Amino acid sequence: MLSPLASLRAGLERRLKPEGRAWLRQALSEATDVTEPAGPAGLPRWELHFVTAGRRCGPAPHTEGGAPDPVDAARVLILHAAAPGTDALVRLYGKGSADERRAVLLALPHLDPPPRTARALSLVEDALRTNDTRLVAAALGPYAAAHLDAHQWRQGVLKCLFTGVPTAAVAGLEHRAAGDDELARMLEDYARERTAAGRTVPEDLAYVLRLARFEESRDTPHPPGPHRPGPDPSVPDPSGHPPPAAPHRRSQSRSQPRPPESPPQSPRSPQPRSQSPQPRSPES
Amino acid sequence: MPTQSRSIPRIFDPHIHMTSRTTDDYAAMYQAGVRALVEPSFWLGQPRTSPATFYDYFDSLLGWEPFRAAQYGIVHHCTLALNPKEANDPRCTPVLEELPRYLLKDGVVAVGEIGYDSMTPAEDTALAAQLELALVHELPALVHTPHRDKAAGLARTLDVLRESKLPPERVVLDHLNETTVGPAADSGCWLGFSIYPDTKMDPDRMVRILRVHGTERVLVNSAADWGRSDPLKTRHVAEAMLAAGFDEDDVDRVLWRNPVAFYGQSGRLRLDAVPAGERLFAGNSILRGGE
Repeated sequence: MLSPLASLRAGLERRLKPEGRAWLRQALSEATDVTEPAGPAGLPRWELHFVTAGRRCGPAPHTEGGAPDPVDAARVLILHAAAPGTDALVRLYGKGSADERRAVLLALPHLDPPPRTARALSLVEDALRTNDTRLVAAALGPYAAAHLDAHQWRQGVLKCLFTGVPTAAVAGLEHRAAGDDELARMLEDYARERTAAGRTVPEDLAYVLRLARFEESRDTPHPPGPHRPGPDPSVPDPSGHPPPAAPHRRSQSRSQPRPPESPPQSPRSPQPRSQSPQPRSPES
Repeated sequence: MPTQSRSIPRIFDPHIHMTSRTTDDYAAMYQAGVRALVEPSFWLGQPRTSPATFYDYFDSLLGWEPFRAAQYGIVHHCTLALNPKEANDPRCTPVLEELPRYLLKDGVVAVGEIGYDSMTPAEDTALAAQLELALVHELPALVHTPHRDKAAGLARTLDVLRESKLPPERVVLDHLNETTVGPAADSGCWLGFSIYPDTKMDPDRMVRILRVHGTERVLVNSAADWGRSDPLKTRHVAEAMLAAGFDEDDVDRVLWRNPVAFYGQSGRLRLDAVPAGERLFAGNSILRGGE
């Protein structure tokens, strides 16, 4: 069986045009070349490839729902191959476009050696402060599931409901939400506020609340919808994660869920580049 | 002039400062047919006092603003530069040293706005340096012509352009009018016209220029910003063109194909999110009765 990143690369190569495929192979082969800077800004070669990926491996033809964005996938692969280290990673994020920042967030759980936790978390926290839903969704991937503290993680889940990010984007949701009384209280308060204002309650809220209240079972799966395409094991998500494990009951309650011992399995990421003409107020 | 028999034109506004506009503007622009735009970096009204505020602004043009536009079905690209006015402030000129890495970004389709404001030696330096940046980054350049002393400013701009190695087809000279269109057209550069409620150009004068000079190499923009301006002026020009006897293909050329051709020289236009062959109907036109 291929590793997640090998699957990601195979899936990406299948969907690229020949020139894009040639560029990807060159970019990955040069990812460890630090001999001389390249391009008009004098960047290391891997960084030049990382920055310019959007116009080198795109536009890819539209593919089936749930397929990872090819530019995200290419950038994650380049970062993994270049293994830039924490300082360079923080610089890339800080000097990156929104698309580049998203790629840094998606790559966090795959880097070897892993980035220093406090500094990597500062990037996650920066993204969670934005109202760019593509960044918020990317921030709540497996790295946040493993490392983000309980308060910020709950705020992230609530922000998803506020800004219309499907909670399927939240990695490890079943694991971390289970038995979280504080999260349940926040969700119930939010539902009450929406109802009092005569507004609809986000569809995902009931599902997360059942998790937090230990009421979820095999009879109450995650709500289906266009934002949550069914798992296709042949197409890993942009961060290369396998489909989620089935939610499981937990036998004991705790109000402060600790970070899991190992990175949990991720539900599928949303389509971060999807563009909807339906405006949505950020509400914050 | 009745509009119900015609389809709404697809519109690419090649110069508009959306940072200064509201979400209502985005919604109205979508209704009017705008599906793509380019936002040049410019002066924000309040003078900046350090290079770092430029970088936050550039980041916004590469992050938040494209996201905001996408919420309303509009594709957003940008041009980046040190603007002519602040090229005179030594607190701001270090931006020139950081521009090379910003100009690499995927959403950047030109260097701009550059050009002259008061025609000072500092502006000479910034203009020449940024034309060189356009050359080495293989980007077009959006060159603003000054509001004051425009004819002399254009002449000086053309001198600097001739000294640069940037070919004229990679340059648009913007904010042109009846007095400057002739020499600008003779230079071989693209011709940009900003349509404003009170100043610069208006739709009927724009149509008269199109009649004389034709539609080739012409870009029409709203240049809407924080001043008195109107993000729907591109649509008004389309209506005025049709009322004056231009056909829908002429309108599509000026308001869509020309900006696509000009900024397409960057190799970075991403219009795949715009539905191909989309037909926009007049039924929901925000224009009533032939404005």
